[in-house]
Amino acid sequence: MMRDLSLHLLDIIQNSLAAHATHISIQICADKARDLLLLEVTDNGKGMSESLCAQAADPFVTTRKTRTVGLGLPLLAAAAGRSAGNMSIESIAGRGTRVKASFRLSHLDRPPLGNIADSIVPVVASCPSLELDILFANQAAVRQLQLSEIREQLGGIPLNNIEVLNWLGSYLQQCQKEIFGGVLDEVYC
Amino acid sequence: MKSIAELEEIRKKTLEEISMRKNKNGMRVVVGMATCGIAAGARPVMTAFLEELKTRNLHDVQVTMTGCIGVCRLEPIVDVIDTDGNKVTYVKMTPEKARRVVAEHIVNGRICHDLTIGAAEKE
Repeated sequence: MMRDLSLHLLDIIQNSLAAHATHISIQICADKARDLLLLEVTDNGKGMSESLCAQAADPFVTTRKTRTVGLGLPLLAAAAGRSAGNMSIESIAGRGTRVKASFRLSHLDRPPLGNIADSIVPVVASCPSLELDILFANQAAVRQLQLSEIREQLGGIPLNNIEVLNWLGSYLQQCQKEIFGGVLDEVYC
Repeated sequence: MKSIAELEEIRKKTLEEISMRKNKNGMRVVVGMATCGIAAGARPVMTAFLEELKTRNLHDVQVTMTGCIGVCRLEPIVDVIDTDGNKVTYVKMTPEKARRVVAEHIVNGRICHDLTIGAAEKE
């Protein structure tokens, strides 16, 4: 079980990396007026055929060789379903995949956002050359960060430098707090 | 307040450090981060490694993540690979155990035998 949405996010990103994505774009949007929380991950990985894409949310369908079950997407679909939302997957073989999950913001069973930075930092530490765009939005404001922007600022220093990772974690935490509020007042601030 | 402008400072500081550093440690830490690993708590383990390495100023150790290693029941699983390519597999990791592995294995070169997959499989 995943305790919060940031863990689901990490899982979906891991799928993208396994599909050899070099560019991943993440959007998390909270809309209080429509009582909606949206999570969207788009990658330029190898994509899936139509038939595999249709089956991807089935826990007994997986492409990995170590096990015959694949629970990442089914768990996300279940989490969305529990909070009156749903999950959809669009994919074009050779072009990439987009996973969208929606949640009713005020639903009692909606998982908390969790610490998004804690999911992003390990990804950047692991794949410093990955192009990653992150967008946080609520109905009034938007914060976005593109790793290409940071790379430009840093000159030749790799993004998996410990000082850079530390900065990235604090920066993302600050962005998350500005847009979604803290742990106790999350989204409903 | 964190801002993009701070990166300039980090850049200058890091460039100085890189020029001072000569002997490469070059060990690698690989954390299993598939659904099984994440659900079992691999993310806090990875964060603990990154934090401990930062505290000890071990800039040469690379921390990366990988997919499912295949022994989901022993997750979180961490491989520590030394400069000669010798791999030690630690299982059922926690942030506390991660800090111990950094201190004993990565810094002092003593393998934590009680945390390895060999010890876990004997039970």
